Amino acid sequence: MTTTTELTETTLLRFATAGSVDDGKSTLVGRLLHDSKSILTDQLEAVERASASRGQETPDLALLTDGLRAEREQGITIDVAYRYFATPKRRFILADTPGHVQYTRNMVTGASTAELTVILIDARNGVVEQTRRHAALAALLRVPHVVLAVNKMDLVDYQESVFAAIAEEFTAYALELGVPEITAIPISALAGDNVVDPSANMDWYGGPTFLEHLETVPVAHDLSHCHARLPVQYVIRPQTAEHPDYRGYAGQIAAGSFRVGESVTVLPSGHASKISGIDLLGEAVEVAYTTQSVTVLLEDDIDISRGDLIVPSKDAPPTTQDIEATVCHVADAPLTVGHRVLLKHGTRTVKAIVKDIPSRLTLDDLSLHPHPGQLVANDIGRVKIRTAEPLPVDSYADSRRTGSFILIDPNDGTTLTAGMVGESFASPEPVKDEAEDDGWDF
Amino acid sequence: MTTTVAKAHGGATDAPYTLSHLDALESEAVHIFREVAGEFERPVILFSGGKDSIVMLHLALKAFAPAAIPFSLLHVDTGHNFPEVLEYRDRAVAAHGLRLHVASVQEYIDRGVLKERPDGTRNPLQTLPLTEKIQAEKFDAVFGGGRRDEEKARAKERVFSLRDEFSQWDPRRQRPELWNLYNGRHAPGEHVRVFPLSNWTELDVWQYIAREGIELPDIYFAHEREVFQRAGMWLTAGEWGGPKADETVEKRQVRYRTVGDMSCTGAVDSDAVTLDDVIAEIAASRLTERGATRADDKMSEAAMEDRKREGYF
Repeated sequence: MTTTTELTETTLLRFATAGSVDDGKSTLVGRLLHDSKSILTDQLEAVERASASRGQETPDLALLTDGLRAEREQGITIDVAYRYFATPKRRFILADTPGHVQYTRNMVTGASTAELTVILIDARNGVVEQTRRHAALAALLRVPHVVLAVNKMDLVDYQESVFAAIAEEFTAYALELGVPEITAIPISALAGDNVVDPSANMDWYGGPTFLEHLETVPVAHDLSHCHARLPVQYVIRPQTAEHPDYRGYAGQIAAGSFRVGESVTVLPSGHASKISGIDLLGEAVEVAYTTQSVTVLLEDDIDISRGDLIVPSKDAPPTTQDIEATVCHVADAPLTVGHRVLLKHGTRTVKAIVKDIPSRLTLDDLSLHPHPGQLVANDIGRVKIRTAEPLPVDSYADSRRTGSFILIDPNDGTTLTAGMVGESFASPEPVKDEAEDDGWDF
Repeated sequence: MTTTVAKAHGGATDAPYTLSHLDALESEAVHIFREVAGEFERPVILFSGGKDSIVMLHLALKAFAPAAIPFSLLHVDTGHNFPEVLEYRDRAVAAHGLRLHVASVQEYIDRGVLKERPDGTRNPLQTLPLTEKIQAEKFDAVFGGGRRDEEKARAKERVFSLRDEFSQWDPRRQRPELWNLYNGRHAPGEHVRVFPLSNWTELDVWQYIAREGIELPDIYFAHEREVFQRAGMWLTAGEWGGPKADETVEKRQVRYRTVGDMSCTGAVDSDAVTLDDVIAEIAASRLTERGATRADDKMSEAAMEDRKREGYF
């Protein structure tokens, strides 16, 4: 077939941005789109027209990203927007999230699907409260890769010492939170240093440019540590002359991989069977992997419906009606103890009740405020939830897909809360304690 | 042809692997179709015979294979259609044994409910027939082929977009969308617009069409056509009111990048006769598809947002 098509089959990176109001996030996004030639002539012309009609002398690149009337009128970004661009090496989906503190929920929304988060810092200000907040959120959401973009290097004379001090302070803080990988890059979004093209002003920097890093950061899943999970979305039964007995369980593999012949268990019922076939969108395959949408066939006729979870028999999660989780409240009305809600986990939605809100987290210093009574919009806290039916939940640390859930208001359908099962941060206690204890002689 | 990186790794379950971008987008879209099939009573796919809706139909067929698609189709017929596209629509409906609903703009004009605009453009007139059909048929989920890369208001659109009983979109009251946990709860009379191609770009759509060998109406490929120029676009003459006295018809080799109402969908000069040609042409183009060929988006800075608020897709 066509060489064009084959050459352009590439990989996809989903990433999110976070930054305080004046850190230059819009400029960075604009620069990235502009220098990677992702802004097309008519879009630029529209921005030039709009800027001119507002009496601005130079085109305001923020108008590229602020898509709503209210945003343009107020000159602020209200909501997450998704942007798309490509280089010959990779396709990118950028969740462009507003940086205001009151929009914590937007960063949570953007980061929930991101494999990489960009945290922007003004080189003149260094690590500030907002930076720590963004790092904590990245750790909480367990975004695999974090980029620290130290911006406005042009305003500190491109000094290596300024960058090094900021990078060191941030890395120490983020590692403590359990952020697995941090890459610090000195840039000037306004001048274009190290965004797409290497900077001639910072010879001391030997690392990749911002775009190079985005192009090369690994997006592969390491399956060796994954629990395989398939939430059943839909049962496919053609009941036609050609397929009289076909009964397939359709779903998107949430984690790990499944293989024909494998022994599996269906939760919450606990029924066991073996995989007799896997259809990958009409094509029979022997093995299927995370994020592939598949249809699984089983050897035995057992009762399976939407909401069930298929797992390897040797690696089944426990089911529970009592969930402890860290949540981010995303609705305007508060979440209170005793609140009756719906909980959507995977493909299952069940009734649930908020039994307790043991603490609210202050992101600035990670301190816990005990028994706050309620969580309001953008609050992050610990909750205990009792569900009407047992659910097979994983810890969010093990699986972002089967360890996450949302709470829904049963009255009006509002999405109330984003939830992450289990401990909040990857390594809440320093692991060194045990080793140190060995040295003590009581 | 549909080689994934996973297969290139020999299928070892413990090796790091990743899906190609087209496989990832396809898988996500299929997941969205199946969520809707699992949670809604009466979903429908908006089908115009344009490339995005053709790709949606193809994805839906794959999502439920070997069973039939559990949805019907809905065409908002402006009355100013390209004949090749209507022919394609009817052929697709017959080939897959689907049910087609039609909301007709012409019928509304004939009944005097809608008034023809002086410029002959019928795109803004589609909203009322569409929303009334949704109410009359009690559709609770309406799939649209809209992509976030098309337009800056669409960049703000959710995958599951709640519409009130008047089909209105309120961008300030959207539900946050977390992980892939889509929330389709709605009250009776409300419905959800669903966009399985949200994360696709124009180029992805074309690459996918090429990879899957999907047939398209001929007007997407370069052909000789009698056109005239208006507002920088090549328009096809037709009963909708073009050309005017001062506009001259000439024969040019053109193709269409989008398919919509004839009165406001322009053709572009092109030599692209194969899918490869089209992909090369789009990759090199410095214009977005809407900027190049859609007059309706140029009416004001917020034309799309305003129409979407009223219930447009």
